[in-house]
Amino acid sequence: MSDSPLPFGPIPVLQGRVVVVSGDDIDTDRIIPARYLKCVTFEGLAQGAFADDRIELKGSHPFDRPEHQGASILVVNRNFGCGSSREHAPQALMRWGIRAVVGESFAEIFFGNCLALGIPCLSGDHATILALQQAALCEPDTHFRLDLATAEIHSQASGAADSAQRWRLELAAGPRQMLLSGQWNATGQLLSHEEELVRTAAGLPYLAGFALV
Amino acid sequence: MGLEGKVSAGTLYDKVWDMHRVAELPGGSTQLFIGLHLIHEVTSPQAFAALRELGLGVRHPELTVATVDHIVPTTSQVRPFADSLAEEMLSTLEGNCAEHGITLHGLGSGRQGIVHVIAPELGLSQPGMTVACGDSHTSTHGAFGAIAFGIGTSQVRDVLATQSLAMNKLKVRRILVEGRLQPGVFAKDLILHVIRSLGVKGGVGYAYEFAGSCIDALSMEERMTLCNMAIEGGARCGYVNPDATTFAYIKGRPFAPEGMAWDQAVAWWSALASGPDAVFDDEVRFDAGTIAPTVTWGITPGQGIGVDETVPTPEQMAAEERPIAEEAYRYMDLAPGTPILGLPVDVCFIGSCTNGRLSDLRAAAAVARGRQVAAGIKAFVVPGSEQVAALARAEGLDRLFQEAGFEWREPGCSMCLAMNPDRLEGRQISASSSNRNFKGRQGSASGRTLLMSPAMVAAAAVNGHVSDVRELLENPCAFASAPAETRPVAMSPSLMP
Repeated sequence: MSDSPLPFGPIPVLQGRVVVVSGDDIDTDRIIPARYLKCVTFEGLAQGAFADDRIELKGSHPFDRPEHQGASILVVNRNFGCGSSREHAPQALMRWGIRAVVGESFAEIFFGNCLALGIPCLSGDHATILALQQAALCEPDTHFRLDLATAEIHSQASGAADSAQRWRLELAAGPRQMLLSGQWNATGQLLSHEEELVRTAAGLPYLAGFALV
Repeated sequence: MGLEGKVSAGTLYDKVWDMHRVAELPGGSTQLFIGLHLIHEVTSPQAFAALRELGLGVRHPELTVATVDHIVPTTSQVRPFADSLAEEMLSTLEGNCAEHGITLHGLGSGRQGIVHVIAPELGLSQPGMTVACGDSHTSTHGAFGAIAFGIGTSQVRDVLATQSLAMNKLKVRRILVEGRLQPGVFAKDLILHVIRSLGVKGGVGYAYEFAGSCIDALSMEERMTLCNMAIEGGARCGYVNPDATTFAYIKGRPFAPEGMAWDQAVAWWSALASGPDAVFDDEVRFDAGTIAPTVTWGITPGQGIGVDETVPTPEQMAAEERPIAEEAYRYMDLAPGTPILGLPVDVCFIGSCTNGRLSDLRAAAAVARGRQVAAGIKAFVVPGSEQVAALARAEGLDRLFQEAGFEWREPGCSMCLAMNPDRLEGRQISASSSNRNFKGRQGSASGRTLLMSPAMVAAAAVNGHVSDVRELLENPCAFASAPAETRPVAMSPSLMP
């Protein structure tokens, strides 16, 4: 679990160690089982992250292994975060210490929930993700640098100076711009269109008793 | 110019999107106005807390509707609940609704129930609306020709504060289903078949428009089942174009337009349907007549097979499907090639936002009638709402189920996601009319779920194992004829607005 500050402001670059959670179609029930949703705040959700998988693996789950404590970049596979819309899932990951997720693909609601918290989800093709996972698993101490402007992640060689590697990822222009500019929290932007909100509502027949002609 | 003149060309999705567009945002997304915001106890407390922190109020409390569903016990609903965390969640919702002037359809109001069951039955869900809720099964309301989608808690905060959301426009895939479902085959089987065919992530980036002669013939409750599970295929929205079936369902419900407004509404709603000029980003066709009662064997809703098929072997599937299939064989303890027919089950659950409506209960009752739940099987029925429960009781379905050995419970989400006391124990296998067979979904980290239609669940309950419901229906042809649409006849006048 992490005591590093939660995301705030522009997010151009993220640096840290990688934790790999392998598997396709990992749903948000897996990321945080429903019993952890019985709460009225998000604080304390870190302990629910992958709770059932961690119990089953008795300490050998990546989130429990000593070498991954303090890791901040989660690398996953295909269709990560499918299923329930629960924001508790990215909240639990974030409160455990995750600041970015890299994978083959993401479910849409999960992607949006992460973005709203300032957690970028970047995607890469099958071979890229496997190579990145392999590199991180071989050298769990390696630090990686994730550059949002170029959507690239590269390993930062520690001892062996020749081992630095670079992988090309993808992040759509919209979310990338929101993260780079620090406007990933949409509330401020939404509040700034007062006139347009009033005008749009006024044009909706069902809000006017269908009396518009 | 009538209301229909205000509607632009294109798909229903395009038209509804255009009307609700507030502004284009710097990041490239669109600010979209939300016409109906549904909230419940699980995904709203942190959103209200965030509002408080920001010093903001609720912009349109009159467009916000609350109920309690996920955490309610289905045995005793006496307050305070035995589970103090559940009690705290409900009392927090009550406090937030009172503070902000939001209508809460609470326990005992006659209107409480699963949020995706009550909004349609109250007439709140209507064509042409945008509907958002902090729950992925919000796609259900697309059955009315609304653009309805699930959101996270940060977005619940945004809708409360601004009645709008930052959204990216989806592509539209038309799923054309022609022909008729065979007797004993239901909307649940159809959507499980679609997800099996297109995959659990096949719909990512798309809204699914369900169309074709089969869809035209479905009742509203069947269309809700279909759209409800669009999200299980990765599509955040699913919808059906509004038609006479839609209008007949809405008419007379508590929040339906009346008098002159009704005629105007029908004119506007009719013009919303995707026109002949509509351009779809993709189209997929299905023949309804070839679909069998479908059962999931694995750990994703895409791992479904016809009840007369066997668990697929790795060789029968695409290479990219094999890793999750291998995981499913292990978790489910099912070998490739095993017939699903005859697989013993422990628990049978009829209910959920997918299949907890009156027609679902009737279909299950038609199988349970005159039979007995097999020895050692725990079988229970959880109506989707207080109104569904009242209508079912008025038809004697509660007694019918109880005489057959099923437990009859109070309304709620129950064992679909096991946030209340209803859950699997250990490695039990459930036959379930719900929507997700994920690992651990039904409350036990090693519990196993077989998704199927309510009638198939009832068949499994009386036989004690997965069964082909077609063999239990005396006169399947008569049974399969479209049931009369559920009407709110049993609502007492005092419940009407």
